[in-house]
Amino acid sequence: MTVSDIQVVQSEGTNAEGYHEFSLGEFTFRRDEFFVYIGWPTGNHIMSADAFLRALQRDVAWDFFYGVVNFDGVFGTVNHYGTVDIFAGRYNESYRKAELDYSENVETPQIRETFKAVLADWTNATFDPFASPHETGAAFGIKNGENISAVTRRRVAANRMVAVPGDEQIRSDASGFPVNRMFRDVDQSEPVIEVEPGYEGEVAAFSLFAYLSRSDVTWNPSVVSACKDSLFCPTTEEYILPIIHGNDRVEWFLQLSDQITWEVEDRDTGAVRSRVVMKAGDICAMPADIRHQGYSPKRSMLLVWENNSGDIPDLIASGKSPTYPIEF
Amino acid sequence: MGVLGSPAAGGGVERASYTTKFGSLESFDKGGVELVNDDARHYAFSNVFDVASRSKPWEKVAVGKNMEYVLEVVRAEGISEWRTAAHDEFAVCLDGEVTLDLVKLDSSPLAEGSEGSVAIDGEPVGPRMGRVYLKRGHQALLPAGAAYRFTATVTGVMLIQTIAGPDTQFRWAQICQTV
Ligand SMILES: [Fe+2]
Repeated sequence: MTVSDIQVVQSEGTNAEGYHEFSLGEFTFRRDEFFVYIGWPTGNHIMSADAFLRALQRDVAWDFFYGVVNFDGVFGTVNHYGTVDIFAGRYNESYRKAELDYSENVETPQIRETFKAVLADWTNATFDPFASPHETGAAFGIKNGENISAVTRRRVAANRMVAVPGDEQIRSDASGFPVNRMFRDVDQSEPVIEVEPGYEGEVAAFSLFAYLSRSDVTWNPSVVSACKDSLFCPTTEEYILPIIHGNDRVEWFLQLSDQITWEVEDRDTGAVRSRVVMKAGDICAMPADIRHQGYSPKRSMLLVWENNSGDIPDLIASGKSPTYPIEF
Repeated sequence: MGVLGSPAAGGGVERASYTTKFGSLESFDKGGVELVNDDARHYAFSNVFDVASRSKPWEKVAVGKNMEYVLEVVRAEGISEWRTAAHDEFAVCLDGEVTLDLVKLDSSPLAEGSEGSVAIDGEPVGPRMGRVYLKRGHQALLPAGAAYRFTATVTGVMLIQTIAGPDTQFRWAQICQTV
């Protein structure tokens, strides 16, 4: 399927608030001043437009990420890396028991283009879904312009490492990435490098902390270095992770600065499992059978560490690999 | 709290300035897992500065593991041995100041495709590639096929992104929250 084959299904005209309505398979989507309304054959759901657009932005930017992206306790997506399940109530015990849960499998390009169209149409000029609440205006109100540059930011992903010639480059004032207001005290000096002729492509280093202090987005893990399938995906966090992430593999967090509190629930039922408080230097695993949502009271630096191997979801799902990383 | 800042874009009033809190060997706070219905060991919760404060210089202590991949914490103190790997590795200086020397090995002791790093006996043979001066927050490439050596000019802590090798130390019960 190429992008030009894809028909995004949307209303011809706009509703009274100025927004288009969309559908994907049997799911329907519409918004008004405050809310987003999601419908499917066995039910419907209402979400704050602010929370919905923040979650949708991550789902689109991460191309459906690893495993489950819960927009809240009812609605979300599951990535099968080529296709995506779009679901309602699937990871909600009450919906499951009442047999009101519903799920459809769609080709990735179809959901990608549909979600991109919704995000572009429903994000007003005043709102940046990637920004902390202090850094952006409201998501609410009737249709009021658009913010295409904010919702189509290029996803940063280093092949080898940031600052290696030909790879992703460091951020600077000149490249449009000023130091964030909450990281003004972060040292901006870059490592001193002495390279012998001929080794310019291999002797490389950069300031990870300065790089992160200049991130213009929150809750957006992006690759800075890759050791085969081992990916360093650091990110800067402020306010609340807009999704509840249910991974299909173990992932690890290393808190580089400040503090995040994680609420951890059972991935399938939502039952509370634990609360994890992480301070600078703390490192811990998120098991593969939980879902997590983080709270960061000050903008903080978090190193998310992922294993990108395509074999893992089956190993975990089939029980060949445990859902936790370490045997003591 | 300092003088109140001006209203932010969102309308809330922010502080005039913020202090970013990093950890160090000298000063770190640990959080932890507060259990409701789970086993603490599933989270393998530790703290890199806590681990390094109890490590011998240059020991490679695993603080994260995902299949074959590991994150190692290294207490950087004095001069390390020379090491090499057949794949790229990465080092992040989390505290202190460390000089990295790189030499392109004429012949690697490792087969292509082998995983993890090994120590090199004596001095590496091959041309000098360069030197990198790392301070807190700096990350360096340890390129495949190169020999590397660290010299800590100020005692510190390094994080190594690599694959488990013969010298990776696993001591989860000593470093992690277990209950
Ligand atoms: Fe996650």
